[in-house]
Amino acid sequence: MRTRRDFLKISAAAGGGLLVGFTLPGCDLTADFAGSASADHALDAFVSVDTDGRATIVIPVPEIGQGVRTSLAMLVAEELEVDWSDVRVTQADAGDEYGPHQRAAGSDSVRAYWDPLRTAGAAARRLLVRVAAQRWNVEPASCAVRNGEIRHAPSGRTIGFGDVAAEAAGLPPDRGPSTADLKRPEDFRIIGIPVRNIDTPEIVRGEVDFGLDVRVPEMVCAAVARCPTYGGTVDGFDPAPALAVPGVHRVVRSPSVGDPEHPYVVEGMAVVADDTWTALSGRDALEVDWNPGPNRDENSRRRHRLGRSGVDRPGEPFVDQGDVEAALAGADRTVEAEYQLPMIAHVPMEPMNCTAHVQENGCEIWAPTQMPAVVRSSVASRLDVPEDAVTVHVSRVGGGFGRRLSSDFVLEAVGIARQLDRPVQVVWSREDDLRHGFYRPFSYHRLTAGIDQGGHLVGWRHRQAGTSRYAFRDDHPARSEFFAGAFPVGIVPHFRQEYTLVESNLNVALIRAPGHNALAFAIQSFVDELAVAAGEDPLAYRLDLLEERQVRPYDEEGEEVYDSDRLRGVLELAGERSGWGSPSTAGRGRGVAAYFTFGTYVAHVVEVSRPGAGEPLCIHRVTSAIDCGQPVNPAGIRAQVEGGVMDGLGAALHGEVTVENGAVEQSNFHDYPILTLDRAPDVEVVIVDSDAPPTGAGEPPYPPVAPALANAVYAATGERLRSLPLDM
Amino acid sequence: MTVELHVNGELVGIDVPPEMPLLWALRDHLNLKGAKYGCGRGLCGACTVQVAGRAVRSCVVSVGDVEGREIVSAEGLDGGDEVADAVLRAWDEEDVPQCGYCQTGIVMGAVDLLRGDPDPDDEAIDRAMASYLCRCGTYVRIRRAVHRAASYLTSS
Repeated sequence: MRTRRDFLKISAAAGGGLLVGFTLPGCDLTADFAGSASADHALDAFVSVDTDGRATIVIPVPEIGQGVRTSLAMLVAEELEVDWSDVRVTQADAGDEYGPHQRAAGSDSVRAYWDPLRTAGAAARRLLVRVAAQRWNVEPASCAVRNGEIRHAPSGRTIGFGDVAAEAAGLPPDRGPSTADLKRPEDFRIIGIPVRNIDTPEIVRGEVDFGLDVRVPEMVCAAVARCPTYGGTVDGFDPAPALAVPGVHRVVRSPSVGDPEHPYVVEGMAVVADDTWTALSGRDALEVDWNPGPNRDENSRRRHRLGRSGVDRPGEPFVDQGDVEAALAGADRTVEAEYQLPMIAHVPMEPMNCTAHVQENGCEIWAPTQMPAVVRSSVASRLDVPEDAVTVHVSRVGGGFGRRLSSDFVLEAVGIARQLDRPVQVVWSREDDLRHGFYRPFSYHRLTAGIDQGGHLVGWRHRQAGTSRYAFRDDHPARSEFFAGAFPVGIVPHFRQEYTLVESNLNVALIRAPGHNALAFAIQSFVDELAVAAGEDPLAYRLDLLEERQVRPYDEEGEEVYDSDRLRGVLELAGERSGWGSPSTAGRGRGVAAYFTFGTYVAHVVEVSRPGAGEPLCIHRVTSAIDCGQPVNPAGIRAQVEGGVMDGLGAALHGEVTVENGAVEQSNFHDYPILTLDRAPDVEVVIVDSDAPPTGAGEPPYPPVAPALANAVYAATGERLRSLPLDM
Repeated sequence: MTVELHVNGELVGIDVPPEMPLLWALRDHLNLKGAKYGCGRGLCGACTVQVAGRAVRSCVVSVGDVEGREIVSAEGLDGGDEVADAVLRAWDEEDVPQCGYCQTGIVMGAVDLLRGDPDPDDEAIDRAMASYLCRCGTYVRIRRAVHRAASYLTSS
């Protein structure tokens, strides 16, 4: 096991207690953790202990509902040996000292901070013990720590953290513990135990601030009028009707950012007012002549048809193993099917918003962002100031789903703020949010498999055509929505993935489990069809495919491997818990799907009933198994799986964004429905007991939901549905 | 123009047009930000408060409409009555929220349901709560919390 030595800085906290900072050079996970900070002195506090014995833990990652304010705090608290009830958390501003993983992305927060935060907790504990040991004139090793109390067993002396915290702040720097000094899993007292969300009581009493709740002195509000067609611009405008609304201060242009054909921030007119309602009313009154711009003829249905014809011909090979054409030509028989998925929207419950104050030498931002560091650097770049002149405060985020990985809404606010002499909160309505978003790309998939006389898969060709989130990025060579490491790569001897990019200015980017959220539907539906063609049970068929163990590196972030035994494991577990194989109630059917995303393995069994004529599909229950390595907070993991299931079901049943004449047609929850409580199934979650290093739970449950649902519909009705949304 | 509102037990006067939705008056003029903006059309329930003891979507009622009526927002719910206490306690114990943005509205909806029906079955919960949206998908725990709150009420 690699060990790592870290440098500590000790200083006094504001109240006189201990403040422990940490450098993160050479972290096991990635060398970039040191970032641009100098390894010797660039630190920030991860944990402080006060004279009253309470620990305040700094959370570097934005909280979007994935539970990091609790799970990351647990990592520190475990090693610090503080009583969980004495833990407080505070949200970090954007800062280089937190490394490149200061973001809610890739489901990698617990994974990335697993070592650094535990080490920070251990380092703080050692300092506190050293003070006690010095006072008692004993060896630190003879002291034990539990629940914020240091005890010297031989003499029976005890002392609380609070009584040594101030003195610990004065200790000279220590080289710090290595990861080899950390607790073994069997000694965990917090990690692995279900812990309630640390903010729950405040949330339900309305005491927690999201981005829209930020209030700063002198703040004004703004709402932006944007052209209904993407990339449209302002030909002319009459501010008078807006200015006539009492409380409206000004009307200013909100400049576009980026390529005019495909802008990152669209041009608009901002109405600045005393309060939110007045800004929205002023915007309603504003008269603008729009030039519809370069995308006026953009039409999603037409693009979709290009996707359809895109799979009629060979695409650009992505993974190409063996000789697929020969294998398919020589196969005893072939099975072929096509699947399609539409563009979908994120619709987080909290619409986009940002508060910005641009001053002479810098800028202060308050944003519900998933990417604080990127926000900071892009704002600095936009304003042409050094990064340390930009402060980014991260509010709690009312849902991320990948929408807030983009900094567009921040740059837009900055573009407005720099024309004002006061802080401004730019608010997006739900309509703005739905109409001016970055959507999940649509895609068409044609899968063809060749089967030999013995019933074995000998060839597999997956053609995908659609828009791509990489279409306009020069830094991604593949420009596709495929991944090299995914099942069933390695199982079929002749295997090829082919990609055809549909040229389009439809605005697409990342949504929960990007790429995977579409691939899983195509692949896991097709596997089901292969099982049916072979006359085999779909679960048994999958287990057969996974019989021979494969361990392969996968090219996401980090050096993790994909281990097919773990995919088998979640399939078996979900199958067993759901009662797979036992007779279903009449009219019901079960469907299964399993998928690997970002290091975590998830399987779902969905049970549905055949709907009566004109009746909605009834989804009775979902049984889910998740293997995410060492569970940190099982309660949080359960919540993520339940949430991923609801998200996946809603998207599969209803999710569709359409574009006509360059404009998004949907506007609010009446025409862009999400799953409602009355259609929510029971969900049972089984977490695999593992001591592998932890991987995430935010995204992995999402991709296998849609195919498990479609497979269940097939089992219940005999009808194979290959196009989303199911509209059932 | 001064509008007088009775909010969380206090009479307050604010200078806003009477057609301003109650949601924005609470959030921007009374610093009561517990009610959230999710859709502006009464579709999601995140803005729900109580007016005259009933759940009301504050984004689609104006301050003029509620002048003189007793308004209770999330901030005023704790220690309000037996039902509110049961719901808040159940929400804490079932650890319902994830991002939490929708939760104050949903809590209001649960209080409204249980006031009328202290022991609702699943169908009644579905009917009453179907119009409260949660993007994080906390529905399973919401159902459990409503049942738990009901159990506190029936045992007291």
